[in-house]
Amino acid sequence: MPEQKASQICIVTVTGQDRVGIIAKLATTMAKANINIVDVNQKIMEDTFVMTMAVDIGQATMSMGQIKKQLDQVGRQMALKITIQDESIFKAMHRI
Amino acid sequence: MRISVEEVFETLGMTLDHHFDIRTVTLGINLKDCIDRDLDWLMKQVQARIVEKGQLLNHCADALEQKYGIPITNRRVSITPASLLLEPLPRKTITAVKLAKALDAAAKKAEVDFLGGFGAMVQKGMTAAEENLIDSIPEALSQTDRVCGFLNLASTAAGINMNAVVKVGHVIRDLAHRSEKGIGCAKLAVFANVPEDSPFMAGAHHGVGEPDYSLNIGISGPGVVRNVVAQNPDCDLTQLSEVIKRTVFKITRAGELIGRELAGLMKVDFGIVDISLAPTTATGDSVAEIIEAMGVGRMGCPGTTAALALLIDAVKKGGAMASGNVGGLSGTFIPVSEDAGMIRAVRSGTLNLEKLEALTSVCSVGLDMFAIPGDTAPEIISSIIADELSIGVANNKTTSVRVVPVPGAKPGSIVHFGGLLGSAPVMKIITKVTSAQFIQRRGRLPSPILALRN
Repeated sequence: MPEQKASQICIVTVTGQDRVGIIAKLATTMAKANINIVDVNQKIMEDTFVMTMAVDIGQATMSMGQIKKQLDQVGRQMALKITIQDESIFKAMHRI
Repeated sequence: MRISVEEVFETLGMTLDHHFDIRTVTLGINLKDCIDRDLDWLMKQVQARIVEKGQLLNHCADALEQKYGIPITNRRVSITPASLLLEPLPRKTITAVKLAKALDAAAKKAEVDFLGGFGAMVQKGMTAAEENLIDSIPEALSQTDRVCGFLNLASTAAGINMNAVVKVGHVIRDLAHRSEKGIGCAKLAVFANVPEDSPFMAGAHHGVGEPDYSLNIGISGPGVVRNVVAQNPDCDLTQLSEVIKRTVFKITRAGELIGRELAGLMKVDFGIVDISLAPTTATGDSVAEIIEAMGVGRMGCPGTTAALALLIDAVKKGGAMASGNVGGLSGTFIPVSEDAGMIRAVRSGTLNLEKLEALTSVCSVGLDMFAIPGDTAPEIISSIIADELSIGVANNKTTSVRVVPVPGAKPGSIVHFGGLLGSAPVMKIITKVTSAQFIQRRGRLPSPILALRN
C-alpha cells in the first residue's frame, strides 16, 4: 500500500460581499486539487462577510503556491479577498 | 480546539492593516576557519560560503512566506567580525577595502539585503589589524552598497575605549564626506555592550561565541501595538501594559514559529528572536505614534520617557513569555529618520538631541539615524558617542550611535535619504562650547563599580 502523506491543515479566509455560490466555487476549486474541506465557519464582522475554511492539503495535487494562484483567480472573479495560510501560525499566536 | 473566525481575522488584520511582518531573518555565518595569510584564498572561501548559504536562506524564506502568509521583509547575513579575518594579513587599508568589496559582491550574488560584521570589538584596546580596519571604514563603506560596519567601543566590564572613540569621530566625518548626503554613515553603528547575535543592521555580526551557523529573527509590529493601544483609550496604565504584553506575545510566537522552522529547513541552529519594535516610514508603523496613542501629546514632550519605559517593559515581558530564545537587542528602536512620528516630533521642536539621549536610557539601542550638520567637528561627534555609550556602560545595557553628518546641511533643514532610511531633520547641536579638551585626554574611561560582580 502506498504510504499516506501526513495531513497539513490550512486556513482559507474569504472577505467581501456575501453572494450566491461562494462556497460552491471554493469547494469545486478544492476538489480539483484533491483538497479535503475539514470545517467551514462564516459570519458578518463589521459589515463584511467573513468566512474561514479549514482544509487539508496533505493529499493535494498542487503546491501551496499553485493553490494560492487558483484562489487568487476565484477571488478576482467573485470580487473577494482570499488568503490561505498554514494553521500552525494561528495556533502559535492564539494558543498557549 | 479549532481556531475561531475572530482569531484568524485578528492575525490577518495584523499583517494586512497594521504592517506586522517578520522584519528580518539574519543568518550568522562563522568564517573563522577561513582565516589565512593569502587574501585571495580567504576572499574566495568567504564568498563561496556566503553565496551558498545566502541563496539557501532566500529560497527557504520564500517557501515559509508562502506557507504562513506573513511577509519576511529582509534577508540578511552576518559574519564573524571582519577584524579577525584581517589579523594575519598586511596592515594596509587596501587589504581591508578589498575584503569589504568581496563581501559586497557575495551579498549581491546571494541577493541578501545587507551583510553585517565589517567591524571589531575594541572596547578595551585595539590590535594593529583592528586599527587598520577602523582606518579603512570610510573607503570600505563608501565604496560598497550592502556591507554594514559595527564597532564595540565600550562595555560595562571594560569601560570606554576613548582612544577608539576619538578615532571614530574622524572616521564618521570622513565617511560622511565620501558619500552622498552622508548616507554611508547609515551603515555604521558604534556600540556599548553590543549583542553578538542581533539580526538587525547596521550592528549585526556573528560573535565569537556563536556556532558555525545561527539563524536569528527580528519580528516587528509597531503598527499592531499602536492599534491595540489606540483601541484602549480609557484603561489605566497597568491594564495598558497587559494589553501590550498580550499583543507582543502573539507576534513573538509567530516569529518563534517561523524562525525555528526556517532554521530546520536550512539545517542550522536556531539562534534568537529579537523582539525589538522596529518602525518603518510606512504610515502607522511608528513607535512615536504608540507613545502618542498612550496619551503623550507629542513624542519628546514631558511624559515621553515614562511612556517609553512602560512600552519597552511590556514588550520584554510579552516577548519573554512567548519565546525561550529572546535575545539580540530586544529593545525599542527610535530611529529619527525611519519613523514618521519621530520626524514630526523633531520638526515641531518637541524632540531634540538631549531628550533623545534621555529616551535611550530606558529603551536601549541608542541614538539612531539622526542627522547633524556635516561641518560638525570630529571631537563633537566623539563627545556625542562618549555620552551615549556611558549610558550603556553605567546601566549595563546596550546603547549605540548611528549618526549621519550631512555635508552642507544646516540645522532645521530636512534631508531625504529615500527608501527604508526615510528622511531626517538636521538636529541642532551646541557648538559654541565643546568638550574637545576632555575627549582629547584619551585613555580608557574606567568600568563602573557594578562591573565588579564576581
